[in-house]
Amino acid sequence: MSSGIVQDAAYKNKQKRKDFFISLFIGIFAIVWIFPILWTVWTSLRPYSEIIRNGIFSWPERLTLDNYVNAIQEMNIGQYLLNSLIVTIPSVILTLFFGSLIAFVVTRYNFKFNLWLLLVFTAGNMLPIVLTYIPVFWLFLWIGDLFGNRNLIYNNYAGLILVHVGFQVGFATFVLSSYMKTIPKEISESAKVDGANVFRHYWNVILPLLRPALAALSVLMTTWIYNEFFWALVLMSDDSKRPITSALRRLQGQYVTDFNLLAAGAIIAAAPTVILFLVMRKQFVSGLTLGSTKG
Amino acid sequence: MKTAATEVKNRSRRSLSKADRFTLSAFVGIPTFLQIILLWVPAVVTIILSFTYWNGVRLSDIKWAGLSNYRNIFFDNPIFYEALKNNALWLLWFIVIATPLGILLAYQIDRQIKGHKIYESIYYLPVVLSLAVIGIIWNFMLQPGGFVQGLMGRDIGNAISIWGNDSINTYVILGVASWRHIGYIMLLYLSGLKSVDPALREAAAMDGATEWQIFRKIILPTMQPVNIIIIVITLIESLRAFDLVYIIYGSPTIFPLLNLLVFQNFAGQGISMKGAAYAVILLLLCIVPIITYLRVVFKEDLK
Repeated sequence: MSSGIVQDAAYKNKQKRKDFFISLFIGIFAIVWIFPILWTVWTSLRPYSEIIRNGIFSWPERLTLDNYVNAIQEMNIGQYLLNSLIVTIPSVILTLFFGSLIAFVVTRYNFKFNLWLLLVFTAGNMLPIVLTYIPVFWLFLWIGDLFGNRNLIYNNYAGLILVHVGFQVGFATFVLSSYMKTIPKEISESAKVDGANVFRHYWNVILPLLRPALAALSVLMTTWIYNEFFWALVLMSDDSKRPITSALRRLQGQYVTDFNLLAAGAIIAAAPTVILFLVMRKQFVSGLTLGSTKG
Repeated sequence: MKTAATEVKNRSRRSLSKADRFTLSAFVGIPTFLQIILLWVPAVVTIILSFTYWNGVRLSDIKWAGLSNYRNIFFDNPIFYEALKNNALWLLWFIVIATPLGILLAYQIDRQIKGHKIYESIYYLPVVLSLAVIGIIWNFMLQPGGFVQGLMGRDIGNAISIWGNDSINTYVILGVASWRHIGYIMLLYLSGLKSVDPALREAAAMDGATEWQIFRKIILPTMQPVNIIIIVITLIESLRAFDLVYIIYGSPTIFPLLNLLVFQNFAGQGISMKGAAYAVILLLLCIVPIITYLRVVFKEDLK
């Protein structure tokens, strides 16, 4: 009995020491990990002229937000940020709406095509995106011509929203349907018995229960769609309408020498997703879990 | 059992009114239409286009080419093999180094060591950044006049070109890519580890099992579905990789990757259906991991 306790204490001690070293190691590694981001923030706070004069490792004479002011005024970052929001917010809402519709039908009704539907959506999410560039580009031009306006969806926010929804809805469907499977069938049965029609069953009964999954997904989706930039390069010919991530690439070429200004631009572009992640960390993690590790 | 199931099915179908059936059709129809029009039809069209000559300008210019795009890629295009090699290298690096590091990190952070919440956030932070931002950040670190060159005592005057140096740029690119991948894998694995009973681990440790034994004999088997998903994600990410390289170089000449070759042939000045053929090759390479993934996640439904 007593030897068991001694052994236990020895084990706990050893474990504690081990944990300390591991924590130390992971901590040092974490500093290295975050350093490039911190360095960019640091760079964005220093005037370019001072770096040129004293070198990058010099102690700052002054720290200023001038680079941020300039980024907004010269680079027109505000407009690009607005473009990003105009594209991202409707894309996320539509993706979740459509995803929840399919998930609702697939989990609440026994149709023969249910599994196929689910497979089509989930597999679609995994296709290499490049496979679709040329046909989608032409499709958008063609639809525009049909209505006598080339810029109807090509070179328009609507087009970007459409492709984002088309590509993300598969993931949303998959996640929401696996979440919906955990909602007891009885709830649906009683809704049907009470005479609720399909729309009320979806809107008043199921949708409120989906709230945690929708919250988690919306955080994840916002990050993905906000960060995407290839579609904008393909589908937006006017630079002034491009989202901030795509615009940043051009700005990188234009302001290659003044990297303090560019750093400020990059930090502004990164801020929305970083803040979202830090504030909604819990939803973020559970969104990933729902989607990829359903066991 | 079976009759009960069909009974339920019949009942629910019978109880659908005309209006309900219309609503359901719209529920299924609209998203499916979008999905098919924006994804599956374009995918098929690209497969067909890969057998044609076309410069992407006028639809009437499309000419049948048979297999010649593929023949050109396989026999007259050394850059294709270079891209294949780089993709393979990328995959090897991710499988052997980045993914295990992510798993190791998750395994250690899961022990609730001091500050584990902060570590989790720090390691995950690069994953929420856009690659456009990541490109800029690492340019600051590595470009002439940047931090790393400064550490090596090289100012702008005698800087070396890290991105242009063939012997090191591969590892630099893979390193930056891992910066993102490790955090992603860590968080995925960490969320899976939450389902492993900590008592199991503790009991084994008290019985004198080494960490490696615990990991091999307890963690790995319990985490089976997560393991497969992580391998699939690693495979697909490695095959699809290119955004980072595109951001850094803008062209596939220095560090060719399959996806980069597609993009070059599609979005550059000279559009060529060789790009479509590259995309199809990429699809073929992705098919096995995609099917594996679907089989894992729909295991129960497929029965």
